[in-house]
Amino acid sequence: MSDTVTLGVERIPLARRDWFVRALQLGVILFFIGAWEGLGRAGVLDPFYYSRPSLFLPRIAEWFAPGSTAGDIWLDIRVTLTETVLGFVIGTLLGLIVGYAFARNRLLGLAFDPLLSMFNAIPRLVLAPVFILAFGIDLASKVALGVTLVFFIVFFATFAAVRDVDQTLVDNVRILGARRRDVTFEVLLPAAFSAIVASLRTSAGFAFAGAVVAEYIGSNAGLGRRIATAEAFFDSTGVFGGIVLIALLALLLDSLLQLAEGRSSRWKPRRER
Amino acid sequence: MPPSITLRGVSKVYRPPKKPPYLAIDGVDLDVDQGRFVSVVGPSGCGKSTILALVAGLITATSGTITIRDDPVRAVRTDVGFLFQRDALLPWRTVRENVSLALRFRGLGRREIADRVDPWLARVRLAPFADNFPHELSGGMRKRAQLAQSLVVDPSVLLMDEPFSALDVQTRNLMENELLELWGASGKTVLFITHDLEEAIALSDELVVMTAGPGRIKARYPVPLPRPRNVSEVRFAPGFVSLYERAWSDLRDEVLRSYERSLRSAS
Repeated sequence: MSDTVTLGVERIPLARRDWFVRALQLGVILFFIGAWEGLGRAGVLDPFYYSRPSLFLPRIAEWFAPGSTAGDIWLDIRVTLTETVLGFVIGTLLGLIVGYAFARNRLLGLAFDPLLSMFNAIPRLVLAPVFILAFGIDLASKVALGVTLVFFIVFFATFAAVRDVDQTLVDNVRILGARRRDVTFEVLLPAAFSAIVASLRTSAGFAFAGAVVAEYIGSNAGLGRRIATAEAFFDSTGVFGGIVLIALLALLLDSLLQLAEGRSSRWKPRRER
Repeated sequence: MPPSITLRGVSKVYRPPKKPPYLAIDGVDLDVDQGRFVSVVGPSGCGKSTILALVAGLITATSGTITIRDDPVRAVRTDVGFLFQRDALLPWRTVRENVSLALRFRGLGRREIADRVDPWLARVRLAPFADNFPHELSGGMRKRAQLAQSLVVDPSVLLMDEPFSALDVQTRNLMENELLELWGASGKTVLFITHDLEEAIALSDELVVMTAGPGRIKARYPVPLPRPRNVSEVRFAPGFVSLYERAWSDLRDEVLRSYERSLRSAS
């Protein structure tokens, strides 16, 4: 006699087999690249406009080779990432401070509400030329565009989180002896941070996009400028090389943030993460 | 015994924005003696939770005076324990950190906090879960953590606002027994709010029945059942049923009135 219950051999659905899903995902990417290459060689996609993987992948490798004629690729990456990080950090801090203040002070919030809604309604990218005129073609104008993009995301997240904080939590800590600043640091700010972390990947993505677009419109360094230069020479291979490089960087950035997000939300129920 | 909690002619008018103001409780007089377990029952919307929030100083009375141990309530009282109906644990803090909060707010050192928190974690049988987050616990465990959180500073008054109403019946009976056990020899005064007459009788020394809103005190009954009690058995004790019937005849009319009013306001 055995104590163990033998379960019927249940078939695990394919969608739940990790290796299968990974292989499928890789297959889709390879098919996409293969189709692009094939259609390009067959003349369906004109390589003059659409380039081909076999053209722009070596181009990217060439950029990374020492003594490349296209300028230092590491410098471009460094410039773009610096702009991204600065835009992200400044935008997040401003959004947090203003969002918190508006949520805590009703009158302040009401007074500025129409103005902020108006600013938020502007497609922020049209501000890029304004910033370039005002702050020049260097770092500052790119950071400024990133800040305006990140600010509103963090601002709205913080504002809603602090305003809608569970009053039971506040009442409870007050009875437990919390002073005003204890309520801020134990309840309100953690609630705000939780909302900010949830919007972290979106806002970082926007900071990156802001930097690249502003570089494209006017600058002397960065990945956006690299694309603009290639475009000026009708060099679609250079344009696609830049785009692919940017996509890979964004992917890397996003997976780093995903890691950070996971670490900082251990306290959340799984379905809310 | 001197009264631990007193309410004298306490009324509360709520003024919600863009709605007509309404009277939640009207001229409530109540004395709760030190060490007594008193339950307030009433239909929903009778303002029984309002009484508790007033005693804790979370809201201010429109008229009347409230004192706890001869000390008038003017601001939030930190010398009481308060158990909320809803989850009040900070979700981003572990069980141990949550239970430590009141001591941290009082500026105690690390060692001193641990010395006082550890026995409480053991008493509510949460020591193995000290480093878990609230969402990882069951509803009953979260209630026990909240009990420890409130009792760690040894308040002489415990205010409880339908604390077990969200639990399933079995867990609820277990929690009620644990509460009676913790309260037993502590000498603490308990003011317990519930809409459940059976729970009120099983737990208390005295029963207060409220009218449908605006809440007034309709009747008060001593509960002459012997202690220690087991809440799942006390309902078979002699005296339980007759008290239940008398109190229910008071409560029934109020429940019906409250129900009819809710139908009218819904239509």
